[in-house]
Amino acid sequence: MKRQRGGGVPLPLLVPAVLAVSFLVLPLVGLVVRAPWSSIGPQLVQREVGQALRLSLLSATLATGVSLVLGVPLAWVLARSRLRGRSVLRALVTVPLVLPPVVGGVALFLVLGRTGLLGRPLYEHLGVTIPFSTTAVVIAETFVAMPFLVISVEGALRAADARFEDAAATLGADRWTTFRRVTLPLVAPGIAAGAVLCWARALGEFGATITFAGNFPGTTQTMPLAVYLALQSDPDAAIALSLVLLAVSLATLLLLRGRWLGQREVTA
Amino acid sequence: MKTRALVLLAAVAAMSLSACGDDSPPDDAAGSSSSSAAASSSGGDLSGTLTVFAAASLTDVFGDLGDQLMADNPGLDVQFNFAGSSALATQLTQGAPADVFASANEKQMDVVTAAGLQAADPTIFTENVLEIAVPKGNPGNVTGLADFGNADLTLAVCAADVPCGAAATAVFADAGITAQPDTEEEDVKAALTKVQLGEVDAALVYATDVQAAGDDVEGIEFPEAEQEVNSYPICTLSAAPNPAAAQAFVDLVESDAGQQALTDAGFRAPTS
Repeated sequence: MKRQRGGGVPLPLLVPAVLAVSFLVLPLVGLVVRAPWSSIGPQLVQREVGQALRLSLLSATLATGVSLVLGVPLAWVLARSRLRGRSVLRALVTVPLVLPPVVGGVALFLVLGRTGLLGRPLYEHLGVTIPFSTTAVVIAETFVAMPFLVISVEGALRAADARFEDAAATLGADRWTTFRRVTLPLVAPGIAAGAVLCWARALGEFGATITFAGNFPGTTQTMPLAVYLALQSDPDAAIALSLVLLAVSLATLLLLRGRWLGQREVTA
Repeated sequence: MKTRALVLLAAVAAMSLSACGDDSPPDDAAGSSSSSAAASSSGGDLSGTLTVFAAASLTDVFGDLGDQLMADNPGLDVQFNFAGSSALATQLTQGAPADVFASANEKQMDVVTAAGLQAADPTIFTENVLEIAVPKGNPGNVTGLADFGNADLTLAVCAADVPCGAAATAVFADAGITAQPDTEEEDVKAALTKVQLGEVDAALVYATDVQAAGDDVEGIEFPEAEQEVNSYPICTLSAAPNPAAAQAFVDLVESDAGQQALTDAGFRAPTS
């Protein structure tokens, strides 16, 4: 059942909605208008740009993968279990949302750095150092982005009708089977939305990444880092890079939305 | 002829009082405001708000000098905007209101003067040289610049886009060293933080950063640093809302007291 487009929006909703759209879109327009279109071609064929873009897409996707594997079970625990102290747990999980990302990066150092709580034994006994590697980029992005996924999936789980799960249990399914066969399909759109949000946040991650992973072309320099550094010396190049990042992320999100969420929008 | 000599005398006077007055003509507005500013600063009756845009490396010294100026002029409120010189230059060319700009390099000052924002030509008021920063105890046994070519060490330098990185690149090129850094930091403080946390064996930073870091960080001077001395220019701005206070601040920076404060922080007097 699709509503008629355009019509049917009450004025008290239409006006703020239009304001919201202009507020969110005008800065993009500014980027597009100010972009150095004549020199944008040469800017983009530089090897570092391709490297940074590839690294950004790879690390954001890996971070989303890790967040899905760890975050969906955590969301289930928060939404469905009868664990004591769940509200405290939920507050703790959302800490990375309010923490300035640079502080998050320092916190990661204190745990996983060469002199950190876990990092020191790793370094001293196994010779493993995590900072300044692509692994560190994925860890930093996961730290910042996973809460978005957890909150989305938890919301979806709370909104889902628990009677289906009860019915499955009545019919003899254990909790694990119920989770796999009933709960997961039920909240799939919520998981997809959370994953998209998580991926987008990871793709734009700057503060924790540059702090914990450092900045080196090819191994840790993601697009946001390249944009920030370009801004120090060549604002035109920074605008060009930002547009590439925007274009790629918008294209990916539109594509995924069409594939995963397209049908859901109609039924929901 | 006599008036000409008088004008010349006035010009010389203005130059000696003004920070930025090297080439300014004697009838320049900045020249005349500078002499009145110097007069009123000694009287301690500056008032209003003075806004100083200064390179982040000047945070401590300028903060103290600002406090001093406010103590001498109870009616004056000194506000600072400390950030990277390029960020400040961008803010100024985008129309940010300020009275004084102090840059950590001449390149970013050139951005401001190219936009015609200076009230008079900038002058160099201090210098800073690169130094190797190592964590306390020097776990990587770093001894000199050549160690930055050692791939086994964990090393941080500044990215070539920011001033400390441009200087580092030039120093390595002069010394014929192929640097093997593990990270190219976005600014010098970020590089220093990694030394303080013990996460890198060495970072190339400025002498002032080592001085400011305290006991967690040890500094190693190296002769190649002389090839890339960083000069700090300062000038008053033509759109200054408070030109008298602006000139007084620049005068204070260039006074003996101001220069002593800079030396204490690891800077050195300009050689040129």
